Amino acid sequence: MSPFLETAANPRSLRRVVIEPVTRVEGHGKVTLLLDDEGRVRQARLHIVEFRGFEKFIQGRPYWEVPVLVQRLCGICPVSHHLAAGKAVDMLVGARRLTPTAEKLRRLLHAGQIVQSHALHFFHLASPDLLFGFDSERDRRNIVGVIGAEPELARKGVLLRKYGQEVIRHITGKRVHGKAVVPGGMNKELTQSARDEMRRGIGEIIGWSREAVAIGRRLFESSEQSAQFAVFPSNYMGLVAPNGESDLYDGVLRAKDAAGKIIFDQVDYTKYNRFLREEVKPWTYMKFPFIVSLGEEEGWYRVGPLARLNVADRLGTPLAEAERQAFRAAAGGGMQHATLAYHWARLIEMLHAAERIERLLDDPDILGADLVTSGERAFEGVGVVEAPRGTLFHHYKVDENDLVVRANLIVSTTHNNQAMNESVRSVAARYLDGKELTEGLLNHIEVAIRAYDPCLSCATHALGRMPLQVELVDAGGSVISRMVKGSDGRVTDGEG
Amino acid sequence: MLPRIVVFGCGNPSRGDDALGSLLLERVEAWRAERPDLDVRCVADFQLQIEHALDLSDRDLALFVDADASCAPPFVLRRVAPVAGTSHSTHALSPGAVLHVYRTATGETPPPAWVLGVRGDEFELGDPLSPTAAGYLEAAWLEMRAMLQRPDAEAWDARLHAARTTKVALQAP
Repeated sequence: MSPFLETAANPRSLRRVVIEPVTRVEGHGKVTLLLDDEGRVRQARLHIVEFRGFEKFIQGRPYWEVPVLVQRLCGICPVSHHLAAGKAVDMLVGARRLTPTAEKLRRLLHAGQIVQSHALHFFHLASPDLLFGFDSERDRRNIVGVIGAEPELARKGVLLRKYGQEVIRHITGKRVHGKAVVPGGMNKELTQSARDEMRRGIGEIIGWSREAVAIGRRLFESSEQSAQFAVFPSNYMGLVAPNGESDLYDGVLRAKDAAGKIIFDQVDYTKYNRFLREEVKPWTYMKFPFIVSLGEEEGWYRVGPLARLNVADRLGTPLAEAERQAFRAAAGGGMQHATLAYHWARLIEMLHAAERIERLLDDPDILGADLVTSGERAFEGVGVVEAPRGTLFHHYKVDENDLVVRANLIVSTTHNNQAMNESVRSVAARYLDGKELTEGLLNHIEVAIRAYDPCLSCATHALGRMPLQVELVDAGGSVISRMVKGSDGRVTDGEG
Repeated sequence: MLPRIVVFGCGNPSRGDDALGSLLLERVEAWRAERPDLDVRCVADFQLQIEHALDLSDRDLALFVDADASCAPPFVLRRVAPVAGTSHSTHALSPGAVLHVYRTATGETPPPAWVLGVRGDEFELGDPLSPTAAGYLEAAWLEMRAMLQRPDAEAWDARLHAARTTKVALQAP
């Protein structure tokens, strides 16, 4: 870690290079690089400028509305919020254990979300960088570029995502923002015709997922740059089953340090705030979670696909487990710390989720009709899932009128906050120190951030809201240079 | 046979004026009952994505409706063509990029397409549609309804009024 890069001794004497927003990442992000008079990077910060208002949005609402309401937070991972909120409100109605059908339907829904999200990430966000290299011309580094160069690969990416969305549609009634999870269970049965339709496609989906894993592995292992890019030791946290197997829907919390030693294990996730705490820093809305036993300085950690493959003992499906073993072997059997290994890990998880879907569709319980349970009423509930990008907590307190009086959400982007800053610092120190700011150099920073696939605010996507702005600000705060890239791809000086 | 249409309504209904796209799509869905002879596919989502290329299949006309933070009020209608490699940011694709994905993934020419950008200014989470945008919505709906009542590429092109258009109206295919 490089703490000197976060807090320079005399920030007023530094020049600032501002990159806003980070391209191909949702929402508004801004990277500030503080340079000294010699042009060396002395401070690097990732600002996430609109990441606020979630809790306020939820407070005052009846708890039974919350699982549906929270889908409005994010257009990319609404199902993850739907499920995490659902688990929290299960506690409120005393549903300690769901019916087998309800739990399996939720797991199926979650697996569909993993497939569609990971497919999008790899084929849209990650593969362009990995296929074409970080310094390739900008126009080739997006899905359109991938399609042009690898039409069959891109077509499968589109169809993998489509399949995941069809799973979601069959269970929730809509491709996006449907309704399925209710307090204590699910709101409707899965029809046999829907199950059969999903069954017909799953073999091909597993096959394509295997191909994708092979591509991800080849790209990672064949690139010296991948194995050396933003590599740094860190702690990792994720949800596992009590037997140590990976479990993306339910289980206990486990954290390991950089050497693979257990920091905590078998932690009841409803007691997460005894093990995790959030630090506030004056320059950003984003909080910085840390592991209490390690303290603020040393306790930051990573979540998401890389973390999950580092903390779990095994994956519960054969094809994905074989790939996990290869993944760990590539790190000498120890912990994998390469930031770009997130992409490879993500594809292994996509295969794992596809295998899970096949298994769930073959389970007779999936067509059951016993969907809802309840028990003793409670006034506090905590839900957690391993969302595609990492661990997602929803924590609510309600009053006697069933209204939410307190809400706390910890999303994966928040967990990874310090790690993303560390990645930016790592890349900036290596590639930007003393060099002129160019699109190629900026892309190195963006590649590091995209590995985490952060959701930078679940912001709006209105036309005209997504310019890329690059500003150079001198020590006195004056903008001495500006570059604006519009949504039509044109680059101007921003003056009209 | 009447042209088959797909209308995309983009935006987050819980983020103030970002709801414009989905609200206008709701109008279309209700209006369809008046014209059962028309085949209008309605697609609502927070943002455009690669899979939306598949929603263009078997359509003769495509209309993308979204809030626009920079267009001249109340709205701007423009023609859009497949655009390669210019979607620079976010998980969201531009309408032109979606058309390009369709062309490349299917090998077919996408249907002629238009973007109706409706001016929006307030986008905070939890905020309702602003009063100003509510007025723009009504103006935009009149435009959309007129377009749907005459589903014809030439007729839609005729509605590209230079006086209301601040962006490039026609891009090279």
